[in-house]
Order: sequence, then structure tokens, then C-alpha cells
Amino acid sequence: MSGRGSTAVADMNQPLPRPLSYLANSALGVCTGFFEWFGNLGIFSWQVLKAAVTPPYEWRELVRQLDEVGSKSLPLVVLAGSAIGVVLSLEARYSLSRFGAKSMFPVTLVYSVIQVMGPIITGLVVCGRVGAGMGAELASMKVSEQIDAIEASAINPYRLLAATRILACILMLPLLTVAADASGLLTGWFAQSLVEPLSFHQFISTGFSGATFNAFLPPTFKTAVYGLIIGLIGCFQGMKTRGGAEGVGRAATNSVVLGSLFLIMADVVLVKFILVVFH
Amino acid sequence: MATAYDNPTKLEVARKDGSAQVVAVENLHKSFGQLNVLNGISLGVSSGETLAVLGRSGTGKSVLLRLIIGLEKPDSGSVRIHGQDIAGQALDRMGEIRKKVGFLFQHAALYDSLTVAGNVAFPLEHHRRDMSRAERGDRVNQLLSEVGMEGGLDKMPSDISGGMQKRVGLARALALEPEILLLDEPTAGLDPISSGEIDDLILKLQHERQMASIVVTHDMHSARTIANRLAILDQGNVVIEGSYEDLQQSEIGFVKEFLKQS
Repeated sequence: MSGRGSTAVADMNQPLPRPLSYLANSALGVCTGFFEWFGNLGIFSWQVLKAAVTPPYEWRELVRQLDEVGSKSLPLVVLAGSAIGVVLSLEARYSLSRFGAKSMFPVTLVYSVIQVMGPIITGLVVCGRVGAGMGAELASMKVSEQIDAIEASAINPYRLLAATRILACILMLPLLTVAADASGLLTGWFAQSLVEPLSFHQFISTGFSGATFNAFLPPTFKTAVYGLIIGLIGCFQGMKTRGGAEGVGRAATNSVVLGSLFLIMADVVLVKFILVVFH
Repeated sequence: MATAYDNPTKLEVARKDGSAQVVAVENLHKSFGQLNVLNGISLGVSSGETLAVLGRSGTGKSVLLRLIIGLEKPDSGSVRIHGQDIAGQALDRMGEIRKKVGFLFQHAALYDSLTVAGNVAFPLEHHRRDMSRAERGDRVNQLLSEVGMEGGLDKMPSDISGGMQKRVGLARALALEPEILLLDEPTAGLDPISSGEIDDLILKLQHERQMASIVVTHDMHSARTIANRLAILDQGNVVIEGSYEDLQQSEIGFVKEFLKQS
């Protein structure tokens, strides 16, 4: 009996077969990495928040970032919004015609663009342009010791580099969304009027009939959260990067991939939140 | 050629008065994962004195400078600047201490989006907000003139040579009139003539400003020229510390080998 028991203990002390051991180690590594990443993101966010609310404020850098995020993204956002407007117009006209509900076209287009497509398209376009740019720029500064040089010059890099960029994203996303919405509605109406004449005044008055601020403001302002995500992920990936050119490339890619992923997940939560609170 | 030994008066005064030690590193340990870089190192430097830290690659010389300016946190031990322990200081509190320290990075670490003048003006813009634009411009010109870079203010860092980048980095490090100067491989990657020019420049600045300086270098010739005292590191510890003559008289095998190869 005791002999069998000692054999069982000896069996337990045997190392796992190599493939199993490899799998176990890999799974453990992934789990540790996952929690470590979120822990570091939390510490980074706290550092940025502390730096953002305490003087001195970096107004000049903030204005530069507002221009970088806002003005320079505007053409791309307007173009994307316009394309979405045309696509939605074509799709909506076809689908509504099938159900004999063509009169619903203006309302359908207005609500689709402003509540759904405008915010998410703006978020994704800005994430692609600004998120990648921030990730690459800050990572490049990190690997060439420029961020260390800023810190050694007694300047808080979280305040100068991260807080200004994140704040610029938060402030600019809703404004860019309005631009995307406007261009989407304009091109949507234009595409429709090419097929079937419809005055712009009639399109707007029908589309917005019965609409309240609650229907349009929350979806527009939720993009401030997208801005927070884009800025935070971009700055975090950039400022915490390691390695040379490879690290810079990885930071740029991760900024876009993770930023887009979190943005879409946030949209799920925010849509539900808006439906519960504002409707 | 003039050397740091030509001006020992202030150094002797500083050594007699222990309180004059501006930077004091005590029993400093630092490791990265399994790799022990510094194993209880202790060093100090006084006002007007230049200490050269030498050693093989990977012995933690640059890490020592990064610990002194707070870019890395020590595992244990203390770094005191003017008697104030910097370990555990918040970033903004560290800022006040860092204003007293100028740092020249190994590759200069100039801001690549700013011009030469913009790089030197950068610390002034953030810490000397009382200065007018004209005053700041004059100060930048003066600093660049001190390091022999009168021309090319509007050039970008990528458009100037490595030696020039080091000069601009030095001008930037001096912008806030630091009491302590940390130089990480100031002559690395430069030709002998440019190295000599940088050495002369450092020596000139030392004579004019009487800062406490720590120079990390591989270059024994440069170390002899600019430093009052030399320390050789091996495996994270100070093997020997003293004048070049002290090093020459040492019976330690590693020191003998190091001097022979230098």
C-alpha cells in the first residue's frame, strides 16, 4: 500500500511531457502578459492624469496637437464620411423600395449616419491615422532617448507628450464626427437626388422631423471616449516601447490594432449605455 | 595641452570639506532581470571636480549615470544630490533636482523635430518663462557660441555631424546653468581630432563654470585630459579609484590589463 502511494507521489513529481509543459508555459506567459499589460496601462493612465491636472500646463503643445489631430485628419474624415453617405444612400434606397417605404429614406439616412456610421467611421479613420502616427512618433523618440532627454531636462514627458495628445484626441473626435456626419448626409442626399429629385430642404426637414437632441448629441459626444482610447493606446504603446526599428514598427501596428479593437468594444458598451440613459 | 590637474586648488578644498560632495552614490545595486549590473557601488564627486568612470562595455557605467539623474530606479542604495536622496521622489519633485543637472547623452538625443537652436532653447522655454523671446535667442546664441557652434542654428539635427550633435547636446545640457554635469561617452564615435576638440571644450567649461562632473568613457586619453580622478568599474563594482598615477601604481591585474590595452 505504502509502496503504491510512494509510486503515485513519484509520478506526480515527474515533469510534464514536453508538449504539455510547453503549452502550460505558453498559456501562463499569455495570461501573465495580459494582466501585466493592463497593469502597466493603469499605471500609465494614472501618471498621465496626475500630470494633466497639475500645472504647468502645456498650452502651446496642446494647440499643436489639436492641429495635428483635428485639421490634418479633417480631409480624410470628410472623404470617409462622404463615401459612407453614398453607400448608405444606395443601400437604403434599394432596401426601402423593396418594402414600399421610400418615404422613410431621409429619416433612415439621417439616423444611420449620425447615430451609427459617422461616429464609428470617424473613430476608425482617426485611429488609423493618428493612433499609428502617435505610436510611431513616440516610439521613435523613446528608442533614440529623446523622451529620456525630455525627462532629464526636468520636463514631465507624461504632461508634455501624452496628456496633450490624449486631450487633443478627446476634444477633436466629436468635432470631426460632426464633419463626417455633415459630409455623409450631403453626399447621401446628392446620390439620392441624382436618381430621384429631392430638394435638400425637404431632405433635411423630413430627416430631422421629430428628432430631439437626445437622439443626436450622445452618439456624437460618445466619440470623446473613442478619442480617449485612441490617444491613450497610441501614447502608451509609443512611450513604453522597447527595441530599435522593430519596436517602433510594433508600437505603430499595436496602436492601430488595439485602438480599433478597444474602440469597437467601447462602442458596444456606449450604445447600450445611450439606449438605457437617453431613450 | 592643459589638463584638469592644472587646477587642483578648488578640488583640494572640496576634498577637505566632506559636505562639498555634490553627488554621493552609496552602496548602489541595480539589476535587470537576472543580470546584476551594479553590485553596491559607492562614488562621490565634489564641486569643481571631474570624475571619469571607465570600464569594459556592459559594466553599468551608463546605468550609473541614468540612476544619478533618476531615469532608472535603484534596487537598493542611495543617490544623494546636494545631500537629498532622489530615490522615491515624485516626477515633478525630481524636476527641481534635475534642473541642477545637465546630461549629455551618448548619442546626443537631440529632438529630431526641432532645429539646433530649438533644441538648445527647449529647456529655457519650459523653465525660464520669464525670459523674452529676444533674451532666449541671445542665450541660445551665447550657449552655441560657447560650444563652437555659431553657425547653422536653423539646421536640423540630422543635417549635422556626430561631433556637432555632441556640441549641441552639450549646449542644451548647459542651458539651465547646472551645478552638475553628467557626460555619457562624450567622445564615442568621433575621430581623434573631434574627440580632442570635445575634450578641450569640456575642460574649458570646467574651468569657467566649476561644475561637479561625472564622465563615463572608454577613452583613457580623454579621461586623463578632462578628469581629476578616475574610477574603473568591473562586474558592477569600483575596482580602483584615484589619480592616473594611482592607477599606474596599482597591482590589481584587471587595472594593469585595462591600462595596458588603453
